[in-house]
Amino acid sequence: MSAQAPTGEQFARFAVSPSRRRKDRLARGLITAGTVIALIPLVLVIYYLLKKGLGSWSWSFFSTDPTGNTFFKTSSIGGIKSAILGTIEIVALASVIAIPIGIGVAVWLVEYGRESWFAQLVRFFVDVLTGVPSIVFGLFIYIVLVVGTGSSYAGYKGSLALSLLMLPVVIRSAEVILLLIPGSLRESALALGAPRWKVIFRIVLPTALPGMVTGILLSIARAAGETAPLLFTAATTRNTDFNLGHFMNSLPVQIYNDVTSPTTSVVNRAWGAALTLVVMILLLNLIARLVSRRSRLA
Amino acid sequence: MPGGERSILERSPLARLPDRALKYGLTTLAGLILALIVYFFVRLVGEAHPAFAHQGVFGFVFGNDWNVSANKFGALPLVLGTLITSALALLIGVPIAVATALYANELCPLRLRGLLTVLVELLAAVPSVVYGLWGIFFLAPKLQGAEQWVADRLSFIPFIGGGTVTIPNYFVAGLILAIMILPIVSAIAREVMATVPADHKEAALGLGATRWEMIRTAVLPYCRAGIVGGAMLGLGRAIGETIAVTIVIGDAPQLGKHLFGQGYSLAAVIANEFGEATGLHRSALFAAGLVLFVLTLLVNALARVLVSRASRTRGSSSTLRAADEMQPIAEAVAGA
Repeated sequence: MSAQAPTGEQFARFAVSPSRRRKDRLARGLITAGTVIALIPLVLVIYYLLKKGLGSWSWSFFSTDPTGNTFFKTSSIGGIKSAILGTIEIVALASVIAIPIGIGVAVWLVEYGRESWFAQLVRFFVDVLTGVPSIVFGLFIYIVLVVGTGSSYAGYKGSLALSLLMLPVVIRSAEVILLLIPGSLRESALALGAPRWKVIFRIVLPTALPGMVTGILLSIARAAGETAPLLFTAATTRNTDFNLGHFMNSLPVQIYNDVTSPTTSVVNRAWGAALTLVVMILLLNLIARLVSRRSRLA
Repeated sequence: MPGGERSILERSPLARLPDRALKYGLTTLAGLILALIVYFFVRLVGEAHPAFAHQGVFGFVFGNDWNVSANKFGALPLVLGTLITSALALLIGVPIAVATALYANELCPLRLRGLLTVLVELLAAVPSVVYGLWGIFFLAPKLQGAEQWVADRLSFIPFIGGGTVTIPNYFVAGLILAIMILPIVSAIAREVMATVPADHKEAALGLGATRWEMIRTAVLPYCRAGIVGGAMLGLGRAIGETIAVTIVIGDAPQLGKHLFGQGYSLAAVIANEFGEATGLHRSALFAAGLVLFVLTLLVNALARVLVSRASRTRGSSSTLRAADEMQPIAEAVAGA
């Protein structure tokens, strides 16, 4: 232990030995390779979607309903109009149900429930909801609204199944944003004499809204791609219908039905529908990202 | 303040009404969510009851005979199918997800990090039915040759080798699931890795550790619980995933003889058979849903505990543990 300047020999002692260097290089190589492997399916999925899907895109593909003709090559198999409109209708109603309830519960968790045992219980149950398989949501709604009422499938039942799926996402993302709002903002409003409800509606919610939009859009995007909850709640039909009390077609369900077809043209329709669905979902994701970049909170 | 009179700062009972209404309204709303879940669960148990009464709970879960026309509902082939595909998904997906997270957090140039994160998250934006479509028309046929080669070479290992490879099979289902759980496992791994104190990493590097030794001694031990939790959340996803698996697993209600043969899963059987099911068959499918529900519940609860424990700030014990793990490096450097 001398304070002398290290000699060259002593410096060499600190050099990384060849075996350690090899191990380091190998590990780095493996990590990089893993990352590349992770991106391969993304590239392949997008490439195949574009290759197969763009081929079936045409004006009539979007403007006609699917027909039942799958055996006769001469007749038209139709497009996906009813599926697109059905998806939009079902998801819109699901959003109308899930977003206000979700934000309401999030507001309660942050403003009233806080860390109480009841709030912790609600948080736990919301987490439980997040983990429930989407097909089980379909079964729930089937039991309550199809068996329970003795009626048949309907668009609004599909919406309810999807809204159950969206709820936990909306609640958790809204809660995160609400927690970011500085307490001083609430306190100054309260100090000026504003009642709690006014503080929530005039101060807390308007401040949080831009941040919440991201989570909401992502939950809508998730719901739009779900097939399983719709199978025994809303589907299936071929016609365009604006009455949510009737059977309703949707993009995921139509793709699912077309996949099993032995007819090539029907499978191609599935590719075209899949590309349409992915484009819709990616647009929602893109908007969500842009909004979250704009908002100060998220 | 004289008794009975209100202070001028106090609101009249009427003005306080909206406050009360909002508070109790929202509390009811939150309570309704609990009631709803409990209600669903009770109804599901009620609907599944006839099947359990027919088979016995044990006979349902472990009976190896799913024969609708003979009214036999032993769900073992389905349960095992779910477990096999999910296990495959974890085996393939988790190492790759952790590698992606490590690359993004520790190795990759700062400018690339955002792009990489977005790209991995894009995998989550693809709907499951699209993965199914892609899996059955692209992935499964392309892999068939390679799978057959592996099956022939490894024919001495039971369950993996030997049989004839079919296009839809357990392995393809597991592979698709691995792709689908990748984004969530990777996102959680990245989040947990971000909590590793820079001190630990710098200390490791300062002691002369290489990049990899730093990862192995400072990053990975610190994140172990969080990564395991993330993997469990991915497992929950994989177990519950329905449509993609239904399309690529082959829908054969017998226990598959080998990894590259057709099988079935709990979620897939519901999606496939529910439309035509009546009576006891339908009840058996509800029972399958219940088993699925309980399975995901257990896995997710365990995952939450692990993730929350990992993301909480660590006390001195972990610092000490990290110091312990770094000791070999320090010794290697000093005592060379």
